[in-house]
Amino acid sequence: MPLSESPTIEVKDLKTYFFTKGGIAKAVDGVSFSVGRGKVLGLVGESGSGKTVTGFSILGLVDEPGRIVGGEILYRGENLVSASPDRMRELRGVNISMIFQDPMMTLNPVLRIDTQMIEAVLAHESISKDDARQRARDVLGQVGIASPDERLRSYPHQFSGGMRQRVAIAIALLNKPDLIVADEPTTALDVTIQGQILYEVQKLCSQTGTALIWITHDLSVVAGLADDICVMYAGRIVEQGSVNSVLDKPMHPYTNGLISSVPSRNKRGVPLAQIPGMAPSLLKLPKGCSFGPRCAQFSDACDSIPDISNYENGRQIRCHNPLDKGTILRVMD
Amino acid sequence: MALNNEKESIVTVNNVSKRFIKSLDLAGKIAQRFGADIREEVVHAVDRVSLNIQDGEVVGLVGESGCGKSTLGRVVAGVHEPSEGNVLFRGKAIENLTGKDAKEAALKIQMIFQDPMSSLNPRLRVQDIIGEAPVVHGVVDSGNITDYVEEIMLRVGLDPSYARRYPHQFSGGQRQRIGIARALAVQPDFLVCDESVAALDVSIQAQVLNLFMRLREELNLTYLFISHDLGVVEHLSDRVVIMYLGRVVEVAPTEILFSDPNHPYTQALLAEVPRLETRQRKFAPVKGEIPSPIDPPTGCHFHPRCPKAFARCHQETPALKEIESNRFSACHLND
Ligand SMILES: Nc1ncnc2c1ncn2[C@@H]1O[C@H](COP(=O)(O)OP(=O)(O)OP(=O)(O)O)[C@@H](O)[C@H]1O
Ligand SMILES: Nc1ncnc2c1ncn2[C@@H]1O[C@H](COP(=O)(O)OP(=O)(O)OP(=O)(O)O)[C@@H](O)[C@H]1O
Ligand code: SF4
Ligand SMILES: [Mg+2]
Ligand SMILES: [Mg+2]
Repeated sequence: MPLSESPTIEVKDLKTYFFTKGGIAKAVDGVSFSVGRGKVLGLVGESGSGKTVTGFSILGLVDEPGRIVGGEILYRGENLVSASPDRMRELRGVNISMIFQDPMMTLNPVLRIDTQMIEAVLAHESISKDDARQRARDVLGQVGIASPDERLRSYPHQFSGGMRQRVAIAIALLNKPDLIVADEPTTALDVTIQGQILYEVQKLCSQTGTALIWITHDLSVVAGLADDICVMYAGRIVEQGSVNSVLDKPMHPYTNGLISSVPSRNKRGVPLAQIPGMAPSLLKLPKGCSFGPRCAQFSDACDSIPDISNYENGRQIRCHNPLDKGTILRVMD
Repeated sequence: MALNNEKESIVTVNNVSKRFIKSLDLAGKIAQRFGADIREEVVHAVDRVSLNIQDGEVVGLVGESGCGKSTLGRVVAGVHEPSEGNVLFRGKAIENLTGKDAKEAALKIQMIFQDPMSSLNPRLRVQDIIGEAPVVHGVVDSGNITDYVEEIMLRVGLDPSYARRYPHQFSGGQRQRIGIARALAVQPDFLVCDESVAALDVSIQAQVLNLFMRLREELNLTYLFISHDLGVVEHLSDRVVIMYLGRVVEVAPTEILFSDPNHPYTQALLAEVPRLETRQRKFAPVKGEIPSPIDPPTGCHFHPRCPKAFARCHQETPALKEIESNRFSACHLND
């Protein structure tokens, strides 16, 4: 990529808040990252940390009581935060697509697969119906669906859950978008099918330069797929950098705790390293660092919210006491 | 077929099959109303499975979605009746037990479900969820129930001062602890854990897995631990059972199964497991589809996807054979 080429997507200090009866939930609170052509970013975090809301913000899908209250989302330089609903509709499905955790968010239960796929092509391109059908067939084959002709004539319910998800993924790939936001699309699938889908996605990124944001809570999947990784906790990115640097030398105590608790990192049969406690509610965040009450490195400084510190090779950490060179430290309760 | 020393076994699964008539799901019903041509079908969820589980053992049960893990677990726990075959508890067929013996066997095998929210009655307080069964079954008298519930809550790491709360007032990890406490309250010997940590966050999952390991030691429990997460199963189990489309295809001690898998399906499965150590890996296309249990392939169920399949695999079902002491595999290549 020439130096002058800007990243496909650049998120800068994004803030998406939900104005609920119980208070303001800062689901995304100052998130920044960028993904270049053909690159894969793994967005990792536990339930409720703000991963989906980040994805929805990019696609312009945040609904009441939620609102983007600050920051920029630059898609090839165009700020999507201020884009009109018409412009967003134009971009979605052609330039930017999203794969949802539940495939039925994409699929219509009462329409045949071919109707849905051909419609998705023709909505944005004026080609013949036959050509659109041909494209649909090819893409179904790519996600590993056998006898695509026959499958095209089926309804979603005639597929297993795994196949439905692959059809939804096929629809996301249909128009060869520049950017795909994939929200835990393989979490419910078996590892052999997951491998097949990761193969297709990887191929798409390297061949057509699609930038990919892969949302998951599974560090192991990100290890195998992504170039860079962002770790989210309670609405903020606490650590980011290249996959190798973050996974080999985690510097944030939370990242370190997560990695240490993966069963394969522990001797068989002995208790797993564990992070004590649980993630806070966004409506009742602790004072200062949100991870503070669970953190073994906690110090007086942690009573104030840590800023982002920059390290070499674009590594960023939000912590007052980062772990020196990622010493593996066992966190037990 | 005896898969292990008969004498010490706590649960023996004897040639068990389970079939279902598959009714339509919501999407199916909607489509049917719109005129799509679909009917109900027979599902062969579990197909002649035999298995011996020894006292104090942790047996991991692994396999792809829909291969029959939960169904087998439910048959073992007495939630489902087998269509064929039977289950023995400490050497006695559960179906033949009567009166006190039948009641005792039912209490001694408990099941913990994947989704703690849907398996806990939302209208009961935690103290009643945990305390109801032991009082009904006379495990403890109602006068002592408060102390008893408190003791069990402490054991699973719940604060007893929350005994009067309802399930929705707890987090996912805490609800799973409530489910575990409810099962423990009737003092079982054997727990069927069905994807008991699957719905939990990584950091909470580690806490609950540690709880399972501690309870096993403290209470001398035996587990049938169902999971699709091979990392979890490897960490926890003494022995691993691999299922494919209703059948057991391989059984081996954990270390051997992971270091030297015999069945081509086990080999394919292990090759695809994502690992933290594997970076920017080149994924490979896997051939074929997971076939449906409504219309399973002939011969070896794995043959349409097996890279090593030969003529015999298309016609003849391979038997689960002992290929080495304590190692079993169902593949014609071993002949
Ligand atoms: N419609 C809504 N109304 C109020 N709050 C919301 C809404 N949607 C999301 N939130 C808040 O945003 C936070 C982040 O949610 P999000 O769905 O992004 O989490 P996530 O990281 O995707 O979690 P998961 O792994 O469970 O999918 C939640 O904790 C919740 O408090
Ligand atoms: N009560 C039921 N009625 C009809 N079919 C059923 C029933 N329970 C299970 N089945 C079917 O039996 C087969 C095996 O299901 P089972 O739930 O045992 O699989 P599993 O291995 O536990 O899968 P998963 O990993 O998705 O939980 C599936 O095809 C399923 O659709
Ligand atoms: S800022 Fe403090 S509390 Fe937060 S992670 Fe770093 S050391 Fe722990
Ligand atoms: Mg989400
Ligand atoms: Mg199941």
